[in-house]
Amino acid sequence: MSSTSTASTLAAPAALAGHRQALESAVVRFAGDSGDGIQVTGGRFAEATALSGNDLATFPDFPAEIRAPAGTTYGVSAFQINFGARRILTSGDSPDTLVAFNPAALKVELADVKPGGLVILDTGSFNERSLRKAGYAADPLTDGTLDAYRTLRLDISQLTLDAVKPFGLSQKDALRCKNMWALGLVYWLYDRDRRPTVAWLERKFAGRTDLAQANIAALNAGHAFGETAELPGDLPAYVVDRAPIAPGLYRAITGGEALAYGLVVGASLAGLPMVFGSYPITPASPLLHTLATLGQFGVVTLQAEDEIAAVCAAIGASYGGAIGVTSSSGPGIALKTEAIGLAIAAELPLVVVNTQRAGPSTGMPTKTEQSDLYQAVFGRNADSPLVVLAARSPADCFDTAIEAMRIATRYMTPVMVLSDGYIANAAQPWRIPDIAALKPFPVHFRTEAEGFQPYHRDPETLARNWAVPGTPGLEHRIGGLEKDYDTGHISYDPANHQRMTEVRRDKVAGVARDIPPQRPESGNDHGPLAIVAWGSTYGPIARAVAVLRAEGLDVAHIHLRHLWPLPADLGDLLSGYDRILVPEMNTGQLLTLLRSAYLLPAEGLNKVSGQPFKVHEIEAAVRARLAAQRSSSPEGIER
Amino acid sequence: MNVLTPPPALKPQDFASDQEVRWCPGCGDYAILKGVQKALAEIGARTEETVFISGIGCSSRFPYYMSTYGFHTIHGRAPAVATGLKLANPALDVWVVTGDGDGLSIGGNHMLHVLRRNVDLQILLFNNEIYGLTKGQSSPTSRVGTRSPSTPTGSVERPVSPPLFALGAGARFVARTVDTQMKPLVAVMKRAQAHCGTSFVEIFQNCIVYNDAVFEDFTAKDVAADNQIVVSHGEPLLFGRDRQKGLRLRPGRLDLEVVTAGVDGVGPDDVLRHDETSPTLAWMLAAMTPPEMPMALGVLYCDPAPSFAPAVVADSTAIPTSPPTPEALNALLRRGHTWTIAD
Repeated sequence: MSSTSTASTLAAPAALAGHRQALESAVVRFAGDSGDGIQVTGGRFAEATALSGNDLATFPDFPAEIRAPAGTTYGVSAFQINFGARRILTSGDSPDTLVAFNPAALKVELADVKPGGLVILDTGSFNERSLRKAGYAADPLTDGTLDAYRTLRLDISQLTLDAVKPFGLSQKDALRCKNMWALGLVYWLYDRDRRPTVAWLERKFAGRTDLAQANIAALNAGHAFGETAELPGDLPAYVVDRAPIAPGLYRAITGGEALAYGLVVGASLAGLPMVFGSYPITPASPLLHTLATLGQFGVVTLQAEDEIAAVCAAIGASYGGAIGVTSSSGPGIALKTEAIGLAIAAELPLVVVNTQRAGPSTGMPTKTEQSDLYQAVFGRNADSPLVVLAARSPADCFDTAIEAMRIATRYMTPVMVLSDGYIANAAQPWRIPDIAALKPFPVHFRTEAEGFQPYHRDPETLARNWAVPGTPGLEHRIGGLEKDYDTGHISYDPANHQRMTEVRRDKVAGVARDIPPQRPESGNDHGPLAIVAWGSTYGPIARAVAVLRAEGLDVAHIHLRHLWPLPADLGDLLSGYDRILVPEMNTGQLLTLLRSAYLLPAEGLNKVSGQPFKVHEIEAAVRARLAAQRSSSPEGIER
Repeated sequence: MNVLTPPPALKPQDFASDQEVRWCPGCGDYAILKGVQKALAEIGARTEETVFISGIGCSSRFPYYMSTYGFHTIHGRAPAVATGLKLANPALDVWVVTGDGDGLSIGGNHMLHVLRRNVDLQILLFNNEIYGLTKGQSSPTSRVGTRSPSTPTGSVERPVSPPLFALGAGARFVARTVDTQMKPLVAVMKRAQAHCGTSFVEIFQNCIVYNDAVFEDFTAKDVAADNQIVVSHGEPLLFGRDRQKGLRLRPGRLDLEVVTAGVDGVGPDDVLRHDETSPTLAWMLAAMTPPEMPMALGVLYCDPAPSFAPAVVADSTAIPTSPPTPEALNALLRRGHTWTIAD
């Protein structure tokens, strides 16, 4: 059992200062028990990395259990960061460096580490009991498990205790500093500045100087260890240059936060207060939590008794002249379905956010999937069209939420915004926009009583009047029963129902005229192969296409924000490609839409493991198709 | 010179819409509609500030027959829609119209929560102990043994008591009235409207087609006086043809009993006085059923408590009347840790 520090057994000289290996990008994953402070460690690393001018993307991976027993594999908490001297689009396929604070973390995370990657282990946490808890039959430190990796086997627990000894902490508090010790070492490894973290620790433990000083001492000790200890010779230290990032003011933002801010800004651009009705559900709740703090920005939040009440309260608010917003994940959206139909029939604006998760029924609540597209587009009784948008990244949630507000209020229609568990929790740097530069889309309520009929429509948008209770002379009754096209009174007239059904369809279809032309993200507007995708697959696809195009392969990437109605020019655009590949984290839902809308022989690439696509999976799929195409093309014909 | 003249007072018929009322001839809903319109006129309500929200069922057609704002929503959900409306505009006078199926079966959960939140609105629960619009199935208030298309040999489920449900959910205003009793009905409506918080009113409403005469045991002319008691705050709990009967606490246990003046040495002071702020008394009154005890009508319970919408709005540090400025939003987005990437 390797319970002593192995630093002294490592013979080769340490990397020399100034002789760092330059990397274009790197992926680091911290993993340990929920109580090891993994998320804090990752957050600090992300901050230091952003300040050093790298682009980055992060993803936290929490255990589903709130307080899982210590040392178990299902209690492992992890945080991954991908950072680089180039644009970073995903949180990384597989870690270059894994920091494992206990055997369970090693057990869960090792398989993801790149072959030859670096594994930093706290051997102080390895003993018979912890190995058994993690499900190891033999000691992975000695049985060859780690042969494919470079390892740093350090008794981080003891090294931390030594470093914080002067502060007289309890054993428990002292050991809690070990995340900072490890962070210090990783800072040395990747040449990060410790000062922002020191400042953060001083703020965080403002009332407990001893804890602040101990954590800082641990951080410095870890860093000093890297500088001075004799580490293995094949272990260089690294440097990652600044990325070419557009100048401006930045912050880190998760999809949940960006959605919340986008909704608030969108409501203000519409000139409306917002009522947000929601019922707690994983992974959608962060939106409720963020909005609940924004009362002074015109937001009322209601934690409703159930999903149905949440959407109904939002509808009631829209009826009353606010913008009603509700949020959930797939199973909760299912419960809201009947009420969404009411908003469609009553023709009231409504924004419905679906932070998708994996699987039917309860499925895998903490895992990501994008399998609610059918539900969004088709999932209601009768002909009940609404507008469907999807966000592609954490930062994109901001713009998508504003677009949802614009369409909902301009067209008097429900708009569903699709996010997912990955986007909601992942963070990326975000260049903060200037609100004054955004174009307002103020709502004008009907106030003129002369000639008023509640279902009279704007000839261009087909949106009906929005006349809110409290307005004299416009008293009227609406509801879920079919209404007369002209008067809005209840009507069972056959021809009228046909006409009303068609006008509801045409209104939503008409949104296609009001959205920007669809252009490829990258690549040409014609060629042998286009990838068409939506949602959080954006990162891995964009990265894969960048790699492939740099190699000279002719592949285009088209990424849709507007999923229903589809962009008016999408059919023309797609007709310029020989093959269409549709990667989705479902079994082919956008694929169905595209094939039925354009009668295209599009092909799916489908992954439903609860995990995002990896860049190399997209690359491999594209290479295979382009190779097949080349081998089947007559010679001499080149595009 | 501008002279501010108060808007002309509205008459009951001013609250009627131009739509033809389509309830069955003889339906109790007609009388309730008239009573509500009369109450609104007497209150001095304005059509533009009044909103009727309903779910699904016979009673839920109510908004179409009012000249106010109205929203006929979906089955059971009217309390949730009304809650959202009050959050958007707390100044509106909102009435929820529901039935025993809509309000206590499919919408039971929303009923529970609107009451515990004490949203400032009136809930009129038309109780006819049957599903009318879907053609006569037994409802959650149907008495045991009710024969219906869905319970051909008689229902076996015990009914829920609407006022006991409301009290259990934390309602601060619970009243009960009868469709055909115009004067008390109007009086109860006015009290309900004046109450700040959720006012829960059960209205015994006769379904002439599917459950006719189900309330005859206490509304029929020959038994009404002896089988109902109209309670009034501070007044003795007397009933009977000559008001010779009264309610008192049964000696030795927490229970009500009927006593007759002059019998067994019972004097006027032995009879309980109604205290509408007492939840215990409200519970005992609401639980009484004929023929052993009279059916209690009137305001059973009224004890105002802070209502929901103002509390939420205050909680959100006062919703501003104008949207946040770009400067405020810019400050929001820049809150917390930021960094600058230089040119």
